[in-house]
Amino acid sequence: MRHLHYPLAAALAAALATGAAAQDKPVKGGTLVWGLSAEAGTLDCGGTDTFAVIHTVAPFYSTLLRVNLDKYPEVEGDLAKSWTISQDGLTYSFDIHEGVTFHDGSPLTSEDIKASLDRYRNPPAGVPSFRKASFEDIASIETPSPTKLVITLKAPNPAMLLNLAGPNGCIYSAKKLAEDPKFPITNVMGSGPFKFVKYEKGASIEGVRFDGYFKKDKNGTQLPYLDGFKGVVFSQPAAMINALQGGQIMGEFRTITPAQKKTLQETAGDKLAFYESDWNTGLVLAFNTKKPPFDNVKVRQALSMAIDRFTAGKALSQQSILKSVGGLVRPGAPYGAKPEALKDLPGFNPDIKAAREKAKALLKEAGVENLKFELFNRSTTQPYTPSGVYLIAQWKEIGVEVTHKQVETPAYREGIKTGSFDVALDFLNAVLEDPSLTLNKYLSSSRDSTNGSGFEDKEADALYDAQLRETDPKKREALVRQFENRVITQGAQTPFIWWYRTVALSKQVKGWKMSPSHLYGQDFGEVWLAQAK
Amino acid sequence: MARYILKRLLYMIPTLFGVAALIFLMLRVVPGDIVELKLRGDGAAVSEEVIQAERERLGLNRPLYEQFADWMVGVATFDLGKSMWTETPVVDEIASRFGLTIQVAIMATIIAVLLALPLGIISALYKDSWLDQFIRLFTIGGLAMPSFWVGMIIILTLLNVFNWLPPITYTPIWVDPLANISQLIWPALAVGYRYSAVLTRMVRSQIIEVMLEDYIRTARAKGVFERLVIGRHALRNALLPAITVLGLEFAFLIGGLVVTEQVFNLNGIGRLFVQAVTKNDFTLVQGIVMLIAVIFITTNLIVDILYAYLDPRIRYGGK
Repeated sequence: MRHLHYPLAAALAAALATGAAAQDKPVKGGTLVWGLSAEAGTLDCGGTDTFAVIHTVAPFYSTLLRVNLDKYPEVEGDLAKSWTISQDGLTYSFDIHEGVTFHDGSPLTSEDIKASLDRYRNPPAGVPSFRKASFEDIASIETPSPTKLVITLKAPNPAMLLNLAGPNGCIYSAKKLAEDPKFPITNVMGSGPFKFVKYEKGASIEGVRFDGYFKKDKNGTQLPYLDGFKGVVFSQPAAMINALQGGQIMGEFRTITPAQKKTLQETAGDKLAFYESDWNTGLVLAFNTKKPPFDNVKVRQALSMAIDRFTAGKALSQQSILKSVGGLVRPGAPYGAKPEALKDLPGFNPDIKAAREKAKALLKEAGVENLKFELFNRSTTQPYTPSGVYLIAQWKEIGVEVTHKQVETPAYREGIKTGSFDVALDFLNAVLEDPSLTLNKYLSSSRDSTNGSGFEDKEADALYDAQLRETDPKKREALVRQFENRVITQGAQTPFIWWYRTVALSKQVKGWKMSPSHLYGQDFGEVWLAQAK
Repeated sequence: MARYILKRLLYMIPTLFGVAALIFLMLRVVPGDIVELKLRGDGAAVSEEVIQAERERLGLNRPLYEQFADWMVGVATFDLGKSMWTETPVVDEIASRFGLTIQVAIMATIIAVLLALPLGIISALYKDSWLDQFIRLFTIGGLAMPSFWVGMIIILTLLNVFNWLPPITYTPIWVDPLANISQLIWPALAVGYRYSAVLTRMVRSQIIEVMLEDYIRTARAKGVFERLVIGRHALRNALLPAITVLGLEFAFLIGGLVVTEQVFNLNGIGRLFVQAVTKNDFTLVQGIVMLIAVIFITTNLIVDILYAYLDPRIRYGGK
């Protein structure tokens, strides 16, 4: 058996272990009531990339693999008992747990896993799947027996195992999919720890313990511990914070802001526990390279150099969900560079005075000493508004005048798509922290439409493709560094700052594990409620 | 009268078609794409092929005139289509929220009327007294403070003073009347306060005006009891403009309680409307606008009928 190897896994796992309440003995019973800050519109895991779908349906489904939150980001089996990868990295053979059943009592076999994965990678007409591109390397999926699954790749892909562990990989019943491929869009029927009870759109989702769940804890106790759960939808953060303070909900699992944390500490600090982690989502500056002067690399570099990211990390963390300085990959994540390693790249020099002098010189060389432009941003307060305000102040330091244009998200996305902006504050959501699954944003615009800069860089594309196939972790890391250097130096899109996650939970809630992704740990299979004192 | 009502009902048809056409065209000029939001909302790497397939499926790639024709046929056949975001019929999306919204609107209207009638009458009868000044202050407060702000004050008071909050999920009144009322009375109070302020001022000014009319002087000269003068002669006439305001405000409450619904975490039509707009869910926005239009037109019709009832001199469509 070959597990995914990540160089920084051990160190990170130790840091994250604070989330687990390992010393308490789990007890059965109780209903977890929690707040859901968004709704997806679909109940299909592959139908949308928003976290809301996972927060809504994760407790009802199993996945083939999953991320082990005690050893983040190591991959562990969920439906898979074990697996092997062939020496050439092309064949993945999985042994599936026996005796697994869906909530309707039908057996779950490798055929169901195949049908689900096939649906994600080759969605039938009328079924949207945002995961299609990430499974393009899969050549075939075979099922030699009900408990054997063999996935064959077209080419080696070291990101595939983590990709298969993604939370958006719910396993559906092959029978249901055959009857109606759109079944999971509006119905829930899985094999996860909880059975679906009801979903009232805009209001709540409820689940009850599935007694036939195939997993037991390390002491042999049948999971899940909870009798059930109820996720209550909140459309306004203040209402959710009030409900947390008033004890109407036991937590929320995306994030709260520093101001909300302070309020909760002051008003309900004795009842709540706060879990914190770096977050695998980051802000990215996109320069419209189709528009002068942003087609000039010197201008882009100058504007990046003017930003004091290190002060931003300290200052913005007081009022927003931003904190960590890093490159294209989250610092602390596998293949993530420490800020010190980036100091020679534009925008990462800790000596901001010197950096700004150089920025002014570059603007002079480019002939745009009196530069004025518009920062295109979302009207979402967190974390976009404070970031925009901070960036404008930074650019003013080198004599650049910037106006702030904030629009609603649909208009923002339209502006990025049509290139109707000067400089935009974009974001990167790295749910599955593997360079192949997240760095695509920095590929040429013709290869990845999430790159709003319109920039084409064949050299960077070649480096990405090389790391995509490199199975030696050390060689791969070197390629990732080269890619990162190339992208940040060209500066068409450049990282600004990474987000920081804070989860407030009732002290009664145990067994939930914090991680850098708000999509992990949401099946509540091992969550339990301590007796109220 | 029956002929008049029938005529008004027939007038509704071109009005609603006009609204349907207008909202269709207005939505198409709003920037944004529901497919982008759905598939790339959190920045996923989705190929253009997948995006286009979804646009095709939702009919967004079809020529505008075809989409328009579909929509108009749908309106004519009472088929508002499916929400592009949730794939659920628009009628179901609206129906699941309508009960809550209409109940808040009715409760707020009752609160407004119960407050406005006595306060407006007292304020008019004791014009310029300390009582009048106090009521005017009360109403100015209601006009000056947005309902959502009053709602926030109510929530924070309940939480910080009484350590209690209203239920966070809706229970229909026939399932658990206590849970239902204890959740909805607070937004109804927040909204009803502003609503009552508008009405109180209207009732006050109308009564002051009516009390100066000749027929009031005549009634008093005939020795009619003051209570009858006010109740039968003054109030009945003073209520006519108030009823117009009542009708307009009630119709507004169906789609206009956006922020109040968010403050109290109510899953109502206003919240649904905002969500649909922010997601560019054309079909759902169109459906909600049609509902609001129907409610406005129907409310206006009811107001006109009430006019005729309250003022026998008003006769529609007759000779």
